[in-house]
Formats: sequence, C-alpha cells, structure tokens
Amino acid sequence: MAPAVPDTLQQRIAACVACHGGHGEGSPGSGFFPRLAGKPAGYLTRQLMDFQNGLRQYAPMEYTVRGLSPDYLHEIAEYFAAQQVPYTRSPLPPVPAQAMQRGEQLVTLGDAARGVPACARCHGNQLTGVQPDIPGLVGLPYDYISAQLGAWRTHTRATVAPDCMAEVAARLGESDITAVSAWLSSRELPADMHAQPAGSVRPPLHCGVLAGNGAGT
Amino acid sequence: MKRLLRVLSLAFVLALVLLTCWLLHPLGHVPVSHGESAVSEASLRDPALIARGAALAVAGDCAACHTAQGGVPFAGGRLLPTPFGSIATTNLTPDRATGLGDWSFEDFWQALHSGIGRQREPLYPAFPYTSYTLLTRDDALAIYAYLQSLQPVHRTDIPNELAFPYSIRRLLVAWRALHFREGTYRPDPKRTAQWNRGAYLVQGLAHCNECHAPRDALGAVMPDRFLAGGEIPAQHWYAPDLSTQANGGLAGWHAQDIVDLLKTGQSARGTAFGPMADVVRQSTQHMDDADLHAMADYLSMLPSRQLPVSPAAPPDAARLVQQGKDVYRQRCADCHGADGHGAPGTYPSLDGNVSVVEPGAINAIRMVLLGGFAPSTVANPRPYSMPPYAQQLDDAEVAAVVSYIRQAWGNHAGAVSPQDVGRYRHTPED
Repeated sequence: MAPAVPDTLQQRIAACVACHGGHGEGSPGSGFFPRLAGKPAGYLTRQLMDFQNGLRQYAPMEYTVRGLSPDYLHEIAEYFAAQQVPYTRSPLPPVPAQAMQRGEQLVTLGDAARGVPACARCHGNQLTGVQPDIPGLVGLPYDYISAQLGAWRTHTRATVAPDCMAEVAARLGESDITAVSAWLSSRELPADMHAQPAGSVRPPLHCGVLAGNGAGT
Repeated sequence: MKRLLRVLSLAFVLALVLLTCWLLHPLGHVPVSHGESAVSEASLRDPALIARGAALAVAGDCAACHTAQGGVPFAGGRLLPTPFGSIATTNLTPDRATGLGDWSFEDFWQALHSGIGRQREPLYPAFPYTSYTLLTRDDALAIYAYLQSLQPVHRTDIPNELAFPYSIRRLLVAWRALHFREGTYRPDPKRTAQWNRGAYLVQGLAHCNECHAPRDALGAVMPDRFLAGGEIPAQHWYAPDLSTQANGGLAGWHAQDIVDLLKTGQSARGTAFGPMADVVRQSTQHMDDADLHAMADYLSMLPSRQLPVSPAAPPDAARLVQQGKDVYRQRCADCHGADGHGAPGTYPSLDGNVSVVEPGAINAIRMVLLGGFAPSTVANPRPYSMPPYAQQLDDAEVAAVVSYIRQAWGNHAGAVSPQDVGRYRHTPED
C-alpha cells in the first residue's frame, strides 16, 4: 500500500526540516544548524538566493536549494518566518569584562574611529531585526554570530553589492568579533522578539539587500 | 654499426620533427570577418531565426556550462571539473573583446562542427563538439543568430586549471586523431521520421552520451558503450544506461515515463536528481513535447544489454542487509513504502530503480547522504524532497540500508561496504 503523504509544505521540504527542524528551531544544543523561525521573510529569501548564486558558500545548502524556483524559495522563507518557537539561551564562553564593555559599545554606539556604525542603527533598537530584510541579533548563539562575522570577513558569506555587512565586518578589529558576539548572545531577551515594522530604522550605509526597502543613505 | 646508428638517429630526429610539425600545424581555416562571411548580418536579425536558435540553445543546454554560478547566462566563467583539471567555460555573448562578437558564422560552425577555435587551436572536448558535430548547418546558424542577438557582456575568460601534460593544448591534435570524427547526422531511411528526430537530438544537440557512457583513461567516451551508462568523471554521479530493453538501465520504462521525467523531473519509474535535475530544469522541461516523444521513441529502441556481472559481495553482506532492513523501516519506509514502491507522483519507487541497482551504487549512497529536492519545473513547481542522512547515519548504517534496498523486492544488485560510503561522504556536492 502506498504511503499516505500529507500535502503540506512541511512535508515537501523534508530536506530542510531534517537539519533546521520542523518549525525552523534549528539545533539549539550545538547551534550548528541555525534557527530560521521568526526571521524576516525577505531576509530568508535573500539567503536562499545567495546560496544559489554562490555569494553565500556552504556546499550542502548550495546543493539543496539550487534547483528551486524563486517562487518556491519565497514560499519556504515565508513558512519559516511565520513559525513561533520559544527562544533558548545557549552557553557563553568565558569572556573578560573588558570585552563585554567593548561589545556593548560597538552594538549600541559603534566605533566612529573605525567607521563602524552601531549594530542597532540597522538591526533596530531592540536588536530584534526590522521587516522585511534585516535579521535580529539577539537570541542567537555566540558561535553562530562569531562564525557569521568571520564569514563576512573571509567572503564565504556575501550578498549583493553594496555589501554593507562585509564592509562593517572588515572594519572590526580581530578581538571585536568576540566582543560583539559575546555581548549580543548574553543579552536578556526582550518580551517581544518580533522584527520591528518596516521603516523603523534609517540605515547609515547604502546596502544592496535593502534596495527599495529603506536602502540607507 | 656506426652507420646504422647514424641512420637510426637521423630517422628518429626526422620523426620528432614531423610529429612536432603535425602537433603545431594550425587547424582549420583562418578567421573569417563579418564582412567576408557568407552570412549577412541583416539575415541574422530575423526574429523567427533567433527564436528557433533560442529553443535549440535550450535543447543543447549551452547555458548550463557557459554560465558561472550566479553569473549572466551565456557569459561563461564556470570551471568544469575533469579528471585532468578544471576547464573554464567561455563567454558566448557577442562582446567583441571577450566574447563571440568578432566571430563569423564560419568561425562558429568550425568550433561546433570541428572543435576548432578561432585561433585555429584544438578545443578541449569538455566542449561536446564530439556530439555537436552531428548538428545541421541550419540549426547551427539559428543558434549562432540567437547568441549574436544577446546583450554583450564584457567578461574576460578565466584560465583553465589543467595539470601537465594536459595543459599542452596542442596534444589534443593527437587526441582528435584517435577519438574524433567529424560527421553530420544521416537519417536512417528504414526508421520513422520521429525516431530519426530523436536520434538527431539524443546523439547530437542534447549530447546525452557525453554523460551516459563510460570514458577511458584519456577521457574519451567508449564507442562500443553508447548510452550504456557511466560515472560522470570528477562529479561522482552515475549517469544510467538508457536502454529500456532487457538488462538495460531503464528496463521496464515506457516511452511516456521518459517523456514525463524530461518534462516534469519525475516519472512513475524514477525522479531526476543531481546533474540530471539541472538538465531537466534548464533544458528538457522547456523542449517541445514532439521532440521529447521523439527522444523517448529513439531511446526505447536502444538494444538490450548483457546481464551485468555481480561484483564480489563484502564478507559481511548478509549481516549488512539484515541491519539495513531495520534502518529502512525506521528512516525510509514512511515515504518509499515497506514494499519499496514509493508514493506515485511524490516519492520514487526503489524497486527496480536504476539509481538503486546501478553497478557502483554511487547514486544510492550519495542520495542517502545528501538527500535533496526534485527540480522545480513548470509541471512540478513545488517538489517534494528527501532529507539528508549524512549527519544521522554513519558509514556502516548507510552501507547497510543501501545494501538492503539493492537486494530487497525485485532488486538483485551487490551489497556495498562502509568503505564505499566513506569514499563518497566527502566528495564535493557537484
């Protein structure tokens, strides 16, 4: 007898949920497979497209998404964006108080001397992201944030030009990645983790990913 | 004695000089300018000709290789892996400095039909002129008109990354003498027009045999193994035998199953994945139904094959198969069914599936490790997918479940060992 196969998106995208979880919860323990739940749909769609066009490099993801149409990518992104999953805190490596202070400074004020804008200028004053294209920075594991900032610097993670996160990551000092990642992942989570409404921020850099959605100045 | 030695060494030097002259001799004709061409530039602007060329370029899947990941279609820049190193694909847009802008139709025809570049150099056969040589001049002209109608893209070709001595392009003169014959498709009057159309497409434009046949140590397809299946060099996927007759890779397939797979990415007998998913998505799904039926008709009349020789079973094959049955029940049966018949239209049958029973088991091993989606096509825009098990199953478990599905139901293929799985666990995805 043929198996009864539910006609649901979750069933169709078994290849995604095997690692990212049925509701995009990721692998909270190891943090190896990022959480997707609740991230803005425009942001998730962009990531899938960047894997397709090789701007963002991770061979298993490039392989998995390469044959999918733009409409289907968008539908998959909408699915994960709509998932509501409680956030979990992940362990923080021991970081000196000085680094924590430096992290707080970078996130809330930036570093004018290095030309680094405050994270909050784009990612929102709650750091929960801004619809539809800017992801939140709180509720993410230390390992994930530091790995992504490293990837921006080595260009294994990139996006359409002008690639302002590559620019910002390149301006950070070596120890700044640890500082920012540690401070962000140590934050108490705000009660409302949803991304802020579109137009809540005026980005200080001109970013290709924000074309048409508050592209910055 | 001395005299003999002198004569011999003289003969040797003479042979060396002749060989060098032969290898270095410019091939083909001197470049033809647009002004000198027999084809007028005005005639190339005929919209009907360009439209026909666009469809032919899709059937030939030119853009698949001549487009970098994320790049402009036809502007080249993709590195094709081969056992001899990587070959960079070229810019086919009509940019004068970096593309085909200065190429006349005569130059283009010489590349397509004879495998000779505009500098009179032999082209590497990663460019499948070995198949394209069968194209008619009319079809080549339409493709040329289409490529010349594209927006020019200024993109300088990147260099090949070939190992010595394969980096010496002139050695291809010897390769060509051994492995390449120019030709044109000659219709077989004893066959139907549909069969002949299918043969022309399969053998020529769609260049199916470039993947679906084994290659020898010098990278040439083996002439006596036409469409008999083979591992795609440096890609580590197996392109199946395409015979639908006894012992063929597609034994039991009806012509409609072939049409379905080429049109939608799925069929009652199997689903396209890996490199074939790309072929379906970019090329065959867009082809005329009549052409797909012609290809299926032609493939349906390929000869039967000899019964394959079963490889020696690993020492603990029986235990592996038993263990694999448990893995299958836990991980696979929900979708592929306890009877291995899959869910029609959704999940492929594994019973009699060529990618399960093919000689090397590469495809089955890699599908278990990588999972993945069927291609998004017009007919199947939201495909179902298979989870990757690389993170969840170790080499022994993958070997067990692959050994099981190769011997369950009506399947009678050899078991695989954990070492076989280990080999493919870390091969690049494409």
